[in-house]
Amino acid sequence: MRTKSTYSLEGTGLSCIRDDRVLFEELAFELVSGQILLLEGKNGSGKTSLLRILCGFREPDSGQINWCGDHVKDSQFHAQMAYVGHLDGIKKELTVLENLRMSVALSNSGRYSIHEALSKVHLQGYDDILVQALSAGQKRRLSLARLLITENVLWILDEPFTSLDKQGIALIETLMTEHCANGGMIVLTSHHDIDLPDVDVLRIHLS
Amino acid sequence: MSLSRAFFAVIRRDLVLALRRRSEIANPLLFFILVITLFPLGIGAQPHLLQAIAPGIIWVSALLAAMLSLDSLFRSDFDDGSLEQMLLSPHPTTVLVLAKIIAHWLVTGLPLLIVAPLLAVFLGMPNHSLGTLLLTLLLGTPVLSLIGAVGVALTVGLRRGGMILSLLVLPLYVPVLIFAGNAVQMAGSGLPVDAQINILIAILLMALVLAPLPVAAALKMSIH
Repeated sequence: MRTKSTYSLEGTGLSCIRDDRVLFEELAFELVSGQILLLEGKNGSGKTSLLRILCGFREPDSGQINWCGDHVKDSQFHAQMAYVGHLDGIKKELTVLENLRMSVALSNSGRYSIHEALSKVHLQGYDDILVQALSAGQKRRLSLARLLITENVLWILDEPFTSLDKQGIALIETLMTEHCANGGMIVLTSHHDIDLPDVDVLRIHLS
Repeated sequence: MSLSRAFFAVIRRDLVLALRRRSEIANPLLFFILVITLFPLGIGAQPHLLQAIAPGIIWVSALLAAMLSLDSLFRSDFDDGSLEQMLLSPHPTTVLVLAKIIAHWLVTGLPLLIVAPLLAVFLGMPNHSLGTLLLTLLLGTPVLSLIGAVGVALTVGLRRGGMILSLLVLPLYVPVLIFAGNAVQMAGSGLPVDAQINILIAILLMALVLAPLPVAAALKMSIH
């Protein structure tokens, strides 16, 4: 089981310039265990760019991101985060089980076993189905199952509710509440307004 | 322990994927066989000429077959987001990338080795040079995959990277072609080939150690 120590993610003076256009500058935030950071703003306002900077795919044009007080590059950051982006990161020629086994192999095994995670996202019994036979919503739930089977504290989610139905959205909100109650933290973008009464939700509006 | 688990998991996944999309294995191999079988038809009934240029034909075809297969190395991973997940893994990217290259060689390079003796006989190559041909292919084709991986990693983010890829990679393939082709030619005339083989071994070891680093760095750049 994970120890209930607190983690923190802190960004200071972040800015991002893309094609001579300033997407955001002097952005600062601090997030600790149990909190959710929701990024809002219209299309093209830099939400995804900020998430990709957090993941380390892009360098911020200025500013710094710290994980538990240390610069992300000098810390255990990558072993403690998980990212689900626009692209699912799952192979359609592999079965559900093979995909999840690969995710576990690339990371460390987490709180739930593969079978527990599959029943949590309501995909039990789909183990040996090729992913190309799944619907868009099922694929999304499968990529979110990856968050449960790998060891992580920080979830970085880019539009996690896309192509999910009402039950799917409720399901993910439950998982998010549970994750925060267990000392995790989440950074996400969403057009759908999230409704989580039990969690401390911070909001950043990018314009 | 868990790093080696990740390493073998990547190899295993790529082999399973190759089995499920068979054209990936079949395409380069078919190309290799077709080009070589077309040569005797084009040249006509001149067995001596054919015999003399056989090492060159086999090696040039192997080189082009390797080029043809390169794009599949990172393309699908890039398109479906698996590459992002691989880069986010706490394990060193260089090791995971090496696993992918090895899997790619097993799928596209090794089959060439298996059919090459048959095709060599078909071109009338002397029996005593078959061993050298196989040895040069065994040492040379992994180098093609390793060097090619650097080129693909640099161009995978571009929409039409094919042309640039050939320009980047082909000049780097030339030393392998020269030494391997020369070794097979000399073996055919019964001369010693230790020097060429040693150079090929050196190239392979160098590529094995040095290629994964730029590949990992280039993939990080391509993923922007």
